[in-house]
Amino acid sequence: MTAIALHPVRERRPGAHQVPLLRVIRVELRKMFDTRSGFWLMASIAIAAVLTTVAMILFAPAEQLTYYAFAKAIGFPMTVILPMIAVLSITGEWSQRTGLTTFTLVPHRNRVILAKVIASVTVGVASMLFALAIGVLGNLVGPAITGTDRVWNVSFGHGVSIVLGSLISLLTGTVLGLLFRSSPVALVAYFVYSLLIPTVFGLLAANQEWFRDLHPWVDLNAAQAPLFDGSVTGNQWAHVGVTVAAWVLLPALAGLGLVKKSEMK
Amino acid sequence: MITIESVSKKYGRRTVVDDISFTAHAGRVTGFLGPNGAGKSTSMRMMVGLSRPTSGTVTISGHQFADLPNPGREVGVMLDASAQHAGRTGREILAIAQHMMGLPDRRVDEMLELVSLSEADSTRKVGSYSLGMRQRLGIAVALIGAPSVLILDEPANGLDPAGIRWMRDLLRVFADDGGTVLLSSHLLHEIEIVADDIVMIGSGRILAQGTKTELLRAAGTVVGARDVTALDRALQESGLATTPTPNGALRTDADPAVVGLVAREYGLALTELRAADGGLEEMFLQLTAHSEAERTAA
Repeated sequence: MTAIALHPVRERRPGAHQVPLLRVIRVELRKMFDTRSGFWLMASIAIAAVLTTVAMILFAPAEQLTYYAFAKAIGFPMTVILPMIAVLSITGEWSQRTGLTTFTLVPHRNRVILAKVIASVTVGVASMLFALAIGVLGNLVGPAITGTDRVWNVSFGHGVSIVLGSLISLLTGTVLGLLFRSSPVALVAYFVYSLLIPTVFGLLAANQEWFRDLHPWVDLNAAQAPLFDGSVTGNQWAHVGVTVAAWVLLPALAGLGLVKKSEMK
Repeated sequence: MITIESVSKKYGRRTVVDDISFTAHAGRVTGFLGPNGAGKSTSMRMMVGLSRPTSGTVTISGHQFADLPNPGREVGVMLDASAQHAGRTGREILAIAQHMMGLPDRRVDEMLELVSLSEADSTRKVGSYSLGMRQRLGIAVALIGAPSVLILDEPANGLDPAGIRWMRDLLRVFADDGGTVLLSSHLLHEIEIVADDIVMIGSGRILAQGTKTELLRAAGTVVGARDVTALDRALQESGLATTPTPNGALRTDADPAVVGLVAREYGLALTELRAADGGLEEMFLQLTAHSEAERTAA
């Protein structure tokens, strides 16, 4: 409280260096965990993975207890939770107005956003690896209880494509965060993106002949599906590339433009 | 040093900041005074790169804010003490700033001590903080990087009289140590206590700027004597026009020093001799009355 206490504060220092990107990433990662809501969102990944595994063992027919079944069941809640984490990491800066501090400490918004994307992807990859590991545990325990044979029917490549598929979902969250910069709006938009639009496209494909062949080229969700099922054909990779460009990359560029222009109030 | 050159900000057709220029010098506390909605916050946001000026330039120690390599270590900023995630603790908010600037951990405790936030306070969520505590935390965040420039928007808001005094002492020491301080307020009294220089803004334009003494002197002198009639005659004979004040003293445009000389010349015992504080206050009152009227009309 005394004025004298200020003196040790103002030490001179030699030339400062630009804030390294790695430091910004570490801080952004920390910010994802350091509130109660953030912490529980992260914890929900682990909780969901464990609960799904237990439910699988308890309720799934014994002959269906394969590693793929575990991985798929555990992966599903991830595709819901991970995008929320990505959304909130971006929108919090506006909704909680912390951007006032963040963007003055790092006055290059694309650097902050890049750090947030890397932090979100890191969390995404870690969560998916955790989910796959819990799946291994489930596949060890489950068949032991039911007395059936263990089936390890997920190849390494398949595992990678599952992780990739989840990261695409996560990145749609990032993109919607950039576009709307408001937590509730972006979360609602995510459900429109991931539930409503695929349903509409699905109906169209089922009822309109002309749309059937077009479907996987325009529906991100439909294009993503083979990634989770494994054995992706060259054509299906092309579907993934085109839909990701249209639904993720282009909106991301537009969102980045909006973020850079947006006034922090 | 903060240099603002012909800065304007327009939102569509609305001009919020209209061609302002001023300099906040090192070693001085510059008060940015104006009623609510005058453009103070917008100007400050432009200084720290949160908002782009429509025209004009702002430099801090000769650099654009965005070109500062580690801005937190050059410029301490507090624009809104409440702009924090309510779910973080005070200590965590400081720790985030500390890590981002690449500072040692001890800085967090040093800052908590500097702004008198106790250990118990620091581990509570800021959602439960009073406005005064948030202001203290905001000042701690601004100071943690040991900057040489401080930009504070309404820092005295929510502080009790002891807190305002503490802030005044803190800013005084900071400026005496060679730092640059720019702080805004919509209260003349706050600015008057703390600032060396004053920039007064209204409806986006600068209405007056200068040292506090200059601006106050511009209002003239208030002088009282046991024999006011004799004093009045003495001043008139010396060529100084006077007007009576409501408290039975006299007011003249001359310097207090000149008035004192006249009084000695005529052998008059003075009861009061001071710079009239009316000028700035008068101007400020008109300004606020004007914008109040606008608000009522709107």
